[in-house]
Amino acid sequence: MDIVSTFFNVDVLLRYYPLLLEGLWRTIALGVLSIVLGLIGGLLLAIARLYGAKPVRFLAIVYIDVFRAIPVLVWLVIVYYALPFLGVRLSAFASATTALTMISSAYTAEIYRAGIEAVPRGQFEAAQSIGLGSFDLMRDVVLPQAIRIVIPPLTNNSINVLKDTALASVVALPDLLKQATQAQALAANPTPLIGAAILYLILLLPLVRLVAVFEARYSRRGAR
Amino acid sequence: MSQPEAIISMKGVGKRFGKFEALKDIDLEIARGEVVVLLGPSGSGKSTLIRCINLLEEYDAGDVHVDGIRVEKGKKLQSVRQEVAMVFQAFNLFPNHTILDNVALGPVRVRKLSWKDARERARRLLDRVGIAEQAEKYPSQLSGGQQQRVGIARALAMEPRILLFDEPTSALDPEMVGEVLDVIKGLAGDGVTLVLVTHEMGFARQVADRIVFMEAGRIKEIAPPDDFFTATRNERARAFLDAVLNH
Repeated sequence: MDIVSTFFNVDVLLRYYPLLLEGLWRTIALGVLSIVLGLIGGLLLAIARLYGAKPVRFLAIVYIDVFRAIPVLVWLVIVYYALPFLGVRLSAFASATTALTMISSAYTAEIYRAGIEAVPRGQFEAAQSIGLGSFDLMRDVVLPQAIRIVIPPLTNNSINVLKDTALASVVALPDLLKQATQAQALAANPTPLIGAAILYLILLLPLVRLVAVFEARYSRRGAR
Repeated sequence: MSQPEAIISMKGVGKRFGKFEALKDIDLEIARGEVVVLLGPSGSGKSTLIRCINLLEEYDAGDVHVDGIRVEKGKKLQSVRQEVAMVFQAFNLFPNHTILDNVALGPVRVRKLSWKDARERARRLLDRVGIAEQAEKYPSQLSGGQQQRVGIARALAMEPRILLFDEPTSALDPEMVGEVLDVIKGLAGDGVTLVLVTHEMGFARQVADRIVFMEAGRIKEIAPPDDFFTATRNERARAFLDAVLNH
């Protein structure tokens, strides 16, 4: 058995290619959904954390800290295996989306907060002085500037969420990794695993590059 | 209660930053349409005083009334702020909006104008401050003097009854000060009440109805400009004028 027929077996790859692609789409669906929901949830959390009434602020801090501390895998397993004891029975996909979103929200909340705090005080004052209410102040003046500042870290976090989707294979979600391990077992050959790794790289490497591009662009603009 | 002719009334206003007393026992009434210039050494509380008028600074003693409404946190604050516009030392234009939309944003969101109408009016205001041709640019593409004229147009767009100027020319290169002062001069006598903090003495003398001289958080003298500049009897004010006029 040589290396090529073991790890890069074309016959095996051709046979299980459709299976891998199916897994890839599921991984992308799970990742994109969790990222988008996490971006929305994080924004709401950040605003609650900064401007909520005292108890709201306190709850937001507790949430953000707890979900940044808990390992993704642990929370995922709890959502999938423990919640049914409370009568909450979610599918593997729904469990994974819920767990990833809840954790991503905590991280993005802190990123948004840093961005909002980096907007100069004079911007808030100018908006207040022309009579804008807090919703308009956020939407028209503060958030566009804050989000611009934090696009690189938000992209970074999105990459992490995409990578964490692989954990969903633990709750039997037929994502890319799960499909690959399944194919590997069926074919008694590790080529599908290598194929999956390559697909992950094709998906993620451009995004990693993108962060670098964003960092260069927004730090330059920020310097003006 | 404030007198009916006073559009701004401050009574016993005090403000602390920690141990530092920024304002002490400020009593000041400003009439409708009046032009009042605040003078005094830096750190004397001039900026803090005008920032109390639209509650960018929360005072912790006394009362501020604008047009009979007490200036305080709550539902009425926004209606006060709609009557009181401000021009800032650092311009504080919104970098994410074009010049035109910097001016149009307030009327759209607060006065509920359509973007089309608000932009039309914004164009007229930009014309009035002499920068109509910059309308589609972004603030960072303009010179300081141009940015500050946009700041004035943005304030005027709210059709305020009171305009506050917080050292509007202090951040400008000397050659740009004149163009901004000319715009402000054009506003005086227009019926709008102007309250200015400035270090431009010649301008203050020319434009003011009354000079308010402050030192260490207190008002030391209130006088018409000619009296103040030629015949102040207050020795602190005398020393201040000597320092700024003869160097």
